[in-house]
Amino acid sequence: MKAIASMGAWLFDWLEAVGRAGIFLVQSIFRMPVRFGESVSLLVKQLYSVGVLSMVIIIVSGTFIGMVLSLQGYSILAKFGSEEAVGQLLALSLLRELSPVVTALLFAGRAGSSLTAEIGLMKATEQLSSYEMMGVDPLRRVIAPRFIAGVICLPLLSLIFSASGILGGHLVSVSWLGVYDGAFWSSMQQSVYFDTDIMNGVIKAVFFSVVVTWIAVYQGYECVPTSEGIGKATTRTVVLGSLAILALDFVLTAAMFGDF
Amino acid sequence: MSVLDAYIKIQDVHFTRGGRVIYENVSLTIPRGKVTAVMGPSGTGKTTLLRLIAAQLAPDSGDVLVDGQNVHALSRSELYKVRKKMGMLFQSGALFSDMSVYENIAFPLEEHTQLDAAAINKVVGQKLHSVGLRGAAGLMPSELSGGMARRVALARAIALDPELVMYDEPFTGQDPISKGVLVSLIRELNDSANITSVVVSHDVEESLSIADHVCILAGGRVIAEGSAAQIRASDDPQVKQFLNGEPDGPVPFHYPEGVNSMFNKDEVAL
Amino acid sequence: MRSKRAELLVGCFIVLGVAALVYLAVQVSGLAFSSKKDTYQVVARFDDIAGLTSRAKVSIAGVAVGNVESITFDKDLYMALVTMNINSDVDNIPTDSSIAVLTSGLLGEKYLGFTIGAEEEVLKNGSEIYDTQSALVLENLISQFLFNSSSSSKSE
Repeated sequence: MKAIASMGAWLFDWLEAVGRAGIFLVQSIFRMPVRFGESVSLLVKQLYSVGVLSMVIIIVSGTFIGMVLSLQGYSILAKFGSEEAVGQLLALSLLRELSPVVTALLFAGRAGSSLTAEIGLMKATEQLSSYEMMGVDPLRRVIAPRFIAGVICLPLLSLIFSASGILGGHLVSVSWLGVYDGAFWSSMQQSVYFDTDIMNGVIKAVFFSVVVTWIAVYQGYECVPTSEGIGKATTRTVVLGSLAILALDFVLTAAMFGDF
Repeated sequence: MSVLDAYIKIQDVHFTRGGRVIYENVSLTIPRGKVTAVMGPSGTGKTTLLRLIAAQLAPDSGDVLVDGQNVHALSRSELYKVRKKMGMLFQSGALFSDMSVYENIAFPLEEHTQLDAAAINKVVGQKLHSVGLRGAAGLMPSELSGGMARRVALARAIALDPELVMYDEPFTGQDPISKGVLVSLIRELNDSANITSVVVSHDVEESLSIADHVCILAGGRVIAEGSAAQIRASDDPQVKQFLNGEPDGPVPFHYPEGVNSMFNKDEVAL
Repeated sequence: MRSKRAELLVGCFIVLGVAALVYLAVQVSGLAFSSKKDTYQVVARFDDIAGLTSRAKVSIAGVAVGNVESITFDKDLYMALVTMNINSDVDNIPTDSSIAVLTSGLLGEKYLGFTIGAEEEVLKNGSEIYDTQSALVLENLISQFLFNSSSSSKSE
């Protein structure tokens, strides 16, 4: 009986937290900066810290993942005498699955945690209260540009990841392992469709970007404003963000490619 | 106190946080154009009082009237309008870490006035001059010392020429020179611009030296209210304990243990 | 000055992202930016289409000339009814041509391939191809694989 009651209480708390986070999201989207010039300069600042600063890690990991995929794929496909299919394997696994998911995971670790820590620190040093005291809504000034920047950056980063992965894979399979260049590209082009594969990957990345950035800014905004609280919130961003990405990926994959 | 014109009236405010009672039917008056010091031991919710006045927190019951308006009955946009008349100096300074000193002070002006860049430049220069930091305009907040950061924050708090400036623990963690500078700045600003000032502090000497009006909070209630001289002359044992810094008295040294004490009651006396 | 640099880098970032999209579209998916080609539709009934899917390519002599529009089940004949789009510029396919479900490589996708007939009359919108070959059996698959590998080693 007591267990049921505490389960109920937990569920209640959880629903309340979800509701609060939802309201927070809606408010920060609909209270966009009023002045155009101001909003552009705020957004550029955030695009820089969220997007540009994540670019190196994305390009490097994309290239390596493409290289590893080619090596692994080649060693198996060579047994069936269809090494050319390595291009197809590389492109499909990157575009449909790996680049949105891995980019989002890296994004949660790189940009998400720094967003949480930054906002948490602004809360701890009373900067958020300070905005409020000046009659400036911190949701529109601090949260909205960060959220929008995150939603713009992740799909772009995911595309960059795919492209670097394919180039990395091309390097390994064509230049090192000797797969015929024309066959590499043509097997890819025959099996990859722009709308089902590339666009579905982008759509996945858009979903992930909303969820990860939402978690990151919300954790920062709601954290306990102490050094311990910020640390915990940062960890929660990475853990919750990663779990949410993987769970959401399953749902999206089932919806997009489930009929195969 | 009835002779004084009240700028802020706090009436029967009851406030609890996390099951703990912070205020029990607190009523106090902050007179217009004077420096009011709100003092009390740590943990009595002095900062909470400022947040109630700024309506960042809402009381469980009771009214907070600022210049005749109940700030807790206002809509968001009306509240933001009222807040433009308030300046607040936060305990940590709360300078925006991604902006320079100049941008920090220019920010409220850009946000709330129609001034052009040249006019803003002039105002920022004036405000920085009044806190003696004209030369620091180009620095980032991370390059400032604690005392300088607080003075910059003060310049920012008065950028919009507010009617009310609230100081949250302005003297904490400052060296004696910075304290002296802040004391004279608060006094000067108050008198030259006819601002109403509220200073929340537990630094007895500094607070009493600038305050026209003093309130002492303890245990969720106002235990004394009056001019600095009246407070000094008070024979209330709680007030005396606080002013003289006695370790034990009506404000107990021991935190109450309650029924769930982790210790055996007989072993207390060692 | 600092914000100018940030703007420049953000600009590079966005251009790089868009360039990646264009690169993926053109090089990886082979998307052509020419306007959508005019096509005409023909149908064919197969006993067994194995793993053929809609959007699979339709080829003549290995060159893609169209794609599969839809695959439905013909309830009366117990056969697969395949509707395909053929590019309008390929307007000279004889009506007695045969069409087969083929596989590209051993693990590749299924596609449709024409074997050209001799009839004067050509396929038009709505025509049906009667001479159809179902998906290949294993022996054919192996022979095709051997043929492919010998031809690709010749080309090297």
